[in-house]
Amino acid sequence: MTIQVISANRLGDGIVVYLATNGGWSECIAHARVIDGEEQGEAALDVAGGAVEACAVVDPYLIDITGSGGTRRPTLNREMIRAKGPTVRLDIGKQAAR
Amino acid sequence: MYLYDAIDQSLVDQRVEQFRDQVGRRLTGALSEDEFKPLRLMNGLYLQLHAYMLRVAIPYGTLSSNQMRKLAHIADAYDKGYGHFTTRQNLQYNWPTLEQTPDILAELATVQMHAMQTSGNCIRNVTADQYAGVAADEVADPRIVAEVIRQWSTLHPEFSFLPRKFKLAITGSVRDRAAVRVHDIGIVIKRNDEGEIGYQVIVGGGLGRTPVIGVNLREFLPERHLLSYLEAILRVYNQAGRRDNKYKARIKILVRETGTAEFIRLVEAEWEQIRDSAVELPRGEYERIAAFFAPPAYEILSRNDGGFARHRLEDRDFASWARTNVAPHKQPGYAIANITLKPEGGIPGDATSQQMDAMASLADRFSFSEIRVTHEQNLVLPHVRQADLHGLWQTLKRYDLAAPNLGLISDIIACPGMDYCSLATARSIPLAQDISKHFADLERQHHIGELKLKISGCINACGHHHVGHIGILGVDKRGEEYYQITLGGSADEAPSIGKIIGPAIPYDKVVDAIETLTETYLAIRVGDERFVDTVRRAGLDPFKQALYADP
Repeated sequence: MTIQVISANRLGDGIVVYLATNGGWSECIAHARVIDGEEQGEAALDVAGGAVEACAVVDPYLIDITGSGGTRRPTLNREMIRAKGPTVRLDIGKQAAR
Repeated sequence: MYLYDAIDQSLVDQRVEQFRDQVGRRLTGALSEDEFKPLRLMNGLYLQLHAYMLRVAIPYGTLSSNQMRKLAHIADAYDKGYGHFTTRQNLQYNWPTLEQTPDILAELATVQMHAMQTSGNCIRNVTADQYAGVAADEVADPRIVAEVIRQWSTLHPEFSFLPRKFKLAITGSVRDRAAVRVHDIGIVIKRNDEGEIGYQVIVGGGLGRTPVIGVNLREFLPERHLLSYLEAILRVYNQAGRRDNKYKARIKILVRETGTAEFIRLVEAEWEQIRDSAVELPRGEYERIAAFFAPPAYEILSRNDGGFARHRLEDRDFASWARTNVAPHKQPGYAIANITLKPEGGIPGDATSQQMDAMASLADRFSFSEIRVTHEQNLVLPHVRQADLHGLWQTLKRYDLAAPNLGLISDIIACPGMDYCSLATARSIPLAQDISKHFADLERQHHIGELKLKISGCINACGHHHVGHIGILGVDKRGEEYYQITLGGSADEAPSIGKIIGPAIPYDKVVDAIETLTETYLAIRVGDERFVDTVRRAGLDPFKQALYADP
């Protein structure tokens, strides 16, 4: 069974964020709320929709992930690049802060 | 260079304040994302993979040193210290915030720049030959008519909601450095037997998922009719272009589906209605604009500078740079100096704020404060005294801006690809870096000779892969990056669309594949035949056999 998290871009600065376990939005995928199954996915998208209404984020959607905690990572290259930063500039993006 | 009058400045200033208000309303929720998105796109602001991206217009690729300094300042103050020069002669910032974008636009307005019409289904920033006004082979300076078109098309009410985006390119030389035949409209300035200036008008070219070489609408359109003729073309397209399918909405599809002869008939019929209307540019206005592009105060110099010749003899590295990166200038004693943004293993088109500042200073010192941006993601100092070339080169070296590789295999066009772009299906930049490193040996690059290698990270073809002598298109195959290779494309005055050589290959095999293709070329080329000429003569078979014979 594929597990998922919700990702979006923050409205004010466009930075990639994830719906977090505390109901807020985190820049770090390790803090994302893990979604297991369609029902949880729909509930989480409802929460994300509220954040869109509240002008916190734009374009939320579900992404597939593998692993857990600190080793959690997206399955798609595109989402991996969003989670870390450009592969050609390791000095910028989220990867630079780690 | 053209300088804004009060109308230009007022228009840009008002637009900044309009956008500031729109951003404010978006941040407070008065505008939804669906309502706001078309407004931000009209101001060049995209939302990409990591952040917002702001595309700044550089009309016909011409920049002053002050504008370049402002671009450097914005990179430092609002972004991450660099900018990316694009294949549309624009500059992109990859990390601006929405909140600060109105301030960035206000900064740009202080140096007569903006980001309008760098996105959306409108007439985009007009591109032109980067050697405009200085090329030894030029019929007339294309910047004048490019500026006329810029003014005519800016916020043109009839053409702000076209079926799809619309791109024009202009050259004033027989040698096409502006890829005019792969634009929605391409314009070639010509002189007829009577010595009059006019325009060859080409329409329906383009790249993307349906690459097409444009067709001739007019071999010679008299100068005074250009705007009315463009208006007739745009009007036919606006009325008849498809709006039901964005992949079939470009003018190239309309021309193909209508048929060239019928399309010409429609344009000519429309034009008959408006040819002598108010759209015709008053001669006085044309001359007012042309005066801005008068040649700078050149010194009277001998055709060949002795010092330049001596430095080439004495300094092998300088000679190597001069061989590729210096082009003939129409003014005796002057030269055109190309600065390739393609250092070994570098990111094509990227420049740091420090490099931008350095180039601005060099433009002040050596090139009448003028800089050009090329669609091949390089920069040009257009008016350098031959006697100053050695000093210029020495400073360029200090800023890692002296790569002696213009037109060689490491002078690669690459779109941002999946490292930045939300549309991309594969990465482009790391591949360009790997190829650049693999072919680092300059002697070998010269041995291979002119080779245009172009990489796109998706079918939208921002990296112009269809017209690369070698084109590389990134595709996604079950989550893995694969690359389709095309051979034989060209965007010059003898244009061609490259042909797919075979099945796509995985990322880690691409450099070896390029090595095989170049070795095959070297083995079968005749005389000093360029790579593309060998492909045209010999066909794909020898390359296909070399690449796919041994699985």
